[in-house]
Formats: sequence, structure tokens, C-alpha cells
Amino acid sequence: MVNNELRRQVIGIYKELLWLGREYPLGFQYFRDRLHRAFAGQAHVTDEDQIRKGIARAEFVKKEVEALYYLKRYRTLKQRYESP
Amino acid sequence: MASGLRILVPVKRVIDYAVKPRINKAQTGVETAGVKHSLNPFDELSIEEAVRLRERKGPLKVENILALSAGGPKTPDVLRTAMAMGADRAFHIDVGDSADGGPEPLTVAKMLKAVVEKENINLVLLGKQAIDGDQGQTGQMLAGLLGWPQATQASKVDVKDEAGTVEITHEVDGGVETLRAKLPLVITTDLRLNEPRYASLPNIMKAKKKPLEKKTLADLGVEDTRRLKTLKVTEPPARTGGGKVEDVDGLVSKLKELGAL
Repeated sequence: MVNNELRRQVIGIYKELLWLGREYPLGFQYFRDRLHRAFAGQAHVTDEDQIRKGIARAEFVKKEVEALYYLKRYRTLKQRYESP
Repeated sequence: MASGLRILVPVKRVIDYAVKPRINKAQTGVETAGVKHSLNPFDELSIEEAVRLRERKGPLKVENILALSAGGPKTPDVLRTAMAMGADRAFHIDVGDSADGGPEPLTVAKMLKAVVEKENINLVLLGKQAIDGDQGQTGQMLAGLLGWPQATQASKVDVKDEAGTVEITHEVDGGVETLRAKLPLVITTDLRLNEPRYASLPNIMKAKKKPLEKKTLADLGVEDTRRLKTLKVTEPPARTGGGKVEDVDGLVSKLKELGAL
């Protein structure tokens, strides 16, 4: 018995992370390989609570990556425009 | 005077901040073909601020956020990003591709003035400069042409009451300065105004349904006249390393040699 709603959520967050990965400083390939491995490693999980936890973790990673991009850009611009 | 905020956010598509620009062979500008482009980071701040004014639910409701960009055929990409971040609609002013950073600030300011008058805008939020030309003049010129008050390099924007009083804080040497002005108003954004959100995949998809109008400069009654001429573009000289001296005498003789003593 597969919970289709959870399945949809997992695929959704995977796609969003892939989208984020396009700009990853170490390259998209690097990001995608690791992302794929992380998801494939959890493929056997069937317990719904465990899946929900996994989704929450993916959301957390998404926020972290967004914050990383923001900080990287902020620091570069600050260095370029505001350092004396 | 106003019942709501009608915000105009002009943006620019520039070479991505992380890319090192290369100068073209003819030394007339930088190489743009095949280089990653994105939304000018300072413009991202101004879009984010417009969206936050709406989300903050202050005394004045935000009626509409209009993003606008002048540029070549790929400009809609950044307008989609702007709409994914929360702008409601977008205008693409087609000026064709050019190697010299697009129209001059004065032309852009005249174009924006026409849009402001046509669309009944009462707040213009601009990035303080674009990271390609670094001219940082458009906002000031626009305020001058419109005869509106301006607050440059804002690090905080606060709508105070329904009459349209706005308080703007900006960083000055050794502190901050707070300005108060009434709408209509021109604001340019500083780096520390806010933290722009990331244009997520679902929002990019939704943005594809938002209206994007294509216009030309002639539609707005503006001519692309050039007052400046780029003579030559060159790389800055490479940094040369320093040298070591053995002792004080060595230092003194070196300084004399350089004419510092």
C-alpha cells in the first residue's frame, strides 16, 4: 500500500532541490549526484512517519541551501561595494 | 492622497555576480554571449521590499506591483523571476541586445517617467545600481524628472500612516539617517534592506501565468539617444607583488629610490 500523497510530496521536494542545485557553487553534477544518493538511500523506507521525517529533513536542507546562496551573494557584494 | 500603493520596480538583467566578466577583443565592452545572466542583486532587494510591504499589511495596502525591464529578447527571464518573487505583472521594454550595458540612465529615467504617469504609480523602488554598469544614477534622475522626493540607499522602509507618510532609514558614515517623506516617492535600495527570497520552482511555474506585456520605447514616447561614448574598455592592471628588504638601510635606500624620502 503506497500513500500517494506522500509520494507526491517526496517527488515534489526532490524536484525543488534539483532546481536549487543548478546554482550550486561546486556544480550541478556534484549536487545532483549527492541529492540522488541521499534520496535513493531512503528508498526502502515504508513507514509513513519516517517518510514525513525525511520530507521535513529535505525541507530543512532546502532552507539551508537557500541561506547559503543568499550569504554567498551578500558577502561577495559587501566585499565589492562596501569594503574600504 | 493615495488609497493604496501602486509600486513600480524597474529591474535589469545583468551578468551573474559570480561570473568574472571578460572584455571582448575589440575592447568596446564585456563579452556577454554564452555568459550566465541573472537578475541584478540590488533589484532583487527592491522586489523583495515591495513584496514585504504587501505582506506586512501596513496602513496602506499594496494594490499592485509592476516589474519592468528594458533589454533584449532574453529579458523576460528575469521578469519571470521577479514575478515568481511576488510581482503581479511585468512590462518588457524591447531595446534589443547591446554590448554596452543597455540604454543610458537618462533614457531609462525618461522611460520610467512615462510608465509612472501612464500606470498611475505612486512608489518606485529601484536597486541603487546595476552590477554591470555601476552607474547608480537612474533613481536620482527619475526623482528629478518627476519632481518627487527621493530616499536613496534605504536600509529600512516603513509606511507610517494612511496619508502616505513613509520613513526611510539609510546608513551614513558612523550611523544612520532617518528621512520622512510623503507619497509619491522614489526609493533606492541598499544591500542590507532585506534578505531576498529564492524564486522557487512552483512559483516560477505560477509566474508563467502572470501577465507580461511587451512594449517599445516609441510606445512610451522616448528616444534612445546616447550622450556618452565608450572609448575603450580594458582590464585593471594586474597586482604586482611586494618585495622584501634585508634591513633598515635597505628600506631607506629603497624609499629614496622610489622618491618617498
